[in-house]
Amino acid sequence: MALEKITQVAGRGVYVPGDDLDTDRIIPARFMKCITFDGLGEFAFYDARAFAKEAGEVHPLDDLRFEGASILLSGSNFGCGSSREHAPQALCRFGIRAIIAESFAEIFFGNSITLGMPCVVASGEDIRSIAKLIESDPQAMLTLDLTEKKLSIADTDFPVTIADHAHEALVSGRWDAIADLLEGVDAVNERAASLPYMAA
Amino acid sequence: MHPLEFMSQTLLDKVWQAHTVRTLPNGATQLLIGTHLIHEVTSPQAFGMLRDLGLKVLYPKRTFATVDHIVPTDERVEPFSDELADAMIKALRKNCEESGITFFDLPTGKQGIVHIVGPEQGITQPGTTIACGDSHTSTHGAFGAIAFGIGTSQVRDVLATQTMALHKPKVRRINVNGKLAPGVYAKDVILHIIRKLGVNGGLGYAYEYGGTTFDAFTQEERMTVCNMSIEGGARVGYVNPDETTFEYLKGRPYSPKGGEWDAAVARWKAIASDHDASYDDVVTYDAAEIAPTVTWGINPGQAMFIHEKVPFPNEVPEKDRATAEEALAHMNLTSGVPIKGTKVDVAFLGSCTNGRLSDLQEVAKHLKGRKVREGVKAIVVPGSQGVASVAESMGLAEIFRDAGFEWRGAGCSMCLGMNPDKLVGDQLCASSSNRNFKGRQGSPTGRTMLMSPLMVAAAAVTGEISDAREVFGVN
Repeated sequence: MALEKITQVAGRGVYVPGDDLDTDRIIPARFMKCITFDGLGEFAFYDARAFAKEAGEVHPLDDLRFEGASILLSGSNFGCGSSREHAPQALCRFGIRAIIAESFAEIFFGNSITLGMPCVVASGEDIRSIAKLIESDPQAMLTLDLTEKKLSIADTDFPVTIADHAHEALVSGRWDAIADLLEGVDAVNERAASLPYMAA
Repeated sequence: MHPLEFMSQTLLDKVWQAHTVRTLPNGATQLLIGTHLIHEVTSPQAFGMLRDLGLKVLYPKRTFATVDHIVPTDERVEPFSDELADAMIKALRKNCEESGITFFDLPTGKQGIVHIVGPEQGITQPGTTIACGDSHTSTHGAFGAIAFGIGTSQVRDVLATQTMALHKPKVRRINVNGKLAPGVYAKDVILHIIRKLGVNGGLGYAYEYGGTTFDAFTQEERMTVCNMSIEGGARVGYVNPDETTFEYLKGRPYSPKGGEWDAAVARWKAIASDHDASYDDVVTYDAAEIAPTVTWGINPGQAMFIHEKVPFPNEVPEKDRATAEEALAHMNLTSGVPIKGTKVDVAFLGSCTNGRLSDLQEVAKHLKGRKVREGVKAIVVPGSQGVASVAESMGLAEIFRDAGFEWRGAGCSMCLGMNPDKLVGDQLCASSSNRNFKGRQGSPTGRTMLMSPLMVAAAAVTGEISDAREVFGVN
């Protein structure tokens, strides 16, 4: 199962500020009553967007200036909480293709990489600078270059980091592990037979 | 293997080594997952992916299912009035039947929250690897298992290959030493740890809990702590197995029997961390410093002792200030005011954190003869049908009902509001659950304060956040 080698993501950006944006915030549990991931996109950040509307404000994801943005920027510990893959699925189906944050919660990070959606880390200062550039020119194109580990916007480069294993998985087209795991099934059976609780 | 090769290893090292299948081309470990637990929310898409790929479940006997998130806790007759919930339980039933997976379904008397059912059935065992599409899978670490919360694509991976691609975490040893004061519980210990280390302090780490406080803990208390490891950012949390663990497991339906029991105990003893094991980090806390704790904010690290005042944003570290302001606005709390006395609308006793028999016993002991304050909605949701039936036979249900609590059927219930049990509007809930995220309990403006089960009961009785030690004369 050959997968696309993800070396670059280009698109416009949108900044959703805040630290510890948890997976209940990204997709409230009541929208997980489903047996497929189809249609989850419209529920991304549903309550936060509704709150903004009620308060007469516009959530960045509803701001027409950023419509069609595919690179999401946020704060630290993004995606903390539940292991629900519904969270990255909702963002992906909303149109997000890459996320830049100060740090990511571990399960969310792994789930996102498995979907081929890079999650890269930048400093808070750089993220705020990029957010300013997006704010002043929402049409500006961002390019996330995974080979060079940098994010470029308006002739400015910002360094980004990503765990080596995730980087390798994305650029080599092995971000969904299933094919590699299936190749090891003989070794799996051998290992399982060596463990009394599995053999029982 | 020569015994010396096992010297200076942590339990995590040993379990990892025993379950490593091979190194994958991207450098990840293909790790064997001995036990896979599934439920109705995060598995249907995984079975769909299997069908799309033309794959079958490789080890159906090593996957166990239950239904917990969406089940109603009052009217449990099918079809459920919520059509989506009904479709989810039927999908799970069908997937289990087709694949030959054991399903602890509603009529079995064994249904319950997945993290309560696994230990209760003796499926959760020391030295094993466990995965489940739920972040509170870390609960099973209380038995010295390495247990991972996983996403749906990984549920697919485990179904198809009984393995996952993983990277070995670092290990932080967390010691808590000494005796907890009366009225201070395991829940207070984990809330304290998260408050100290932060909600992302555990990123990249497995937490190994130990010290004399943990040595003295019951198996159920250890589960409460391990359960909330993920709230501190650690995907995995565990306690080394000991006699308390073996005693708990003996005689359970899936525990080893007869001659196999002694062999298993010998293996389990050997899997514990060596005395001279080295850790990537070590922190130590004194049990005597911990008081009954409640959360005041919108993440579990925003916690305080019951006798403290609601913080001012400038009292928290600068990087946490914006979140603190957001939390105070959401919670509608005033800085500088004692947290004690905050009016409570709902009291929720249950969840995979605190829905076990010992939680209900401890509360019932003190609640007997007391009444829930008028205007407070109080519900008890036993963690499993097993917990419910024992509690009923012990007379606990009656004590709760007499006090004015609603006695419900087993499930996740108001911990996350995926069933009909939800907060309404901006109700404030004293909750024994694990997350106080905005909207967590089913109402976008609902407010959650996390605390121990007895503190929930104290709030129910007084109608406000209270010190359970004063309300129930615990000393």
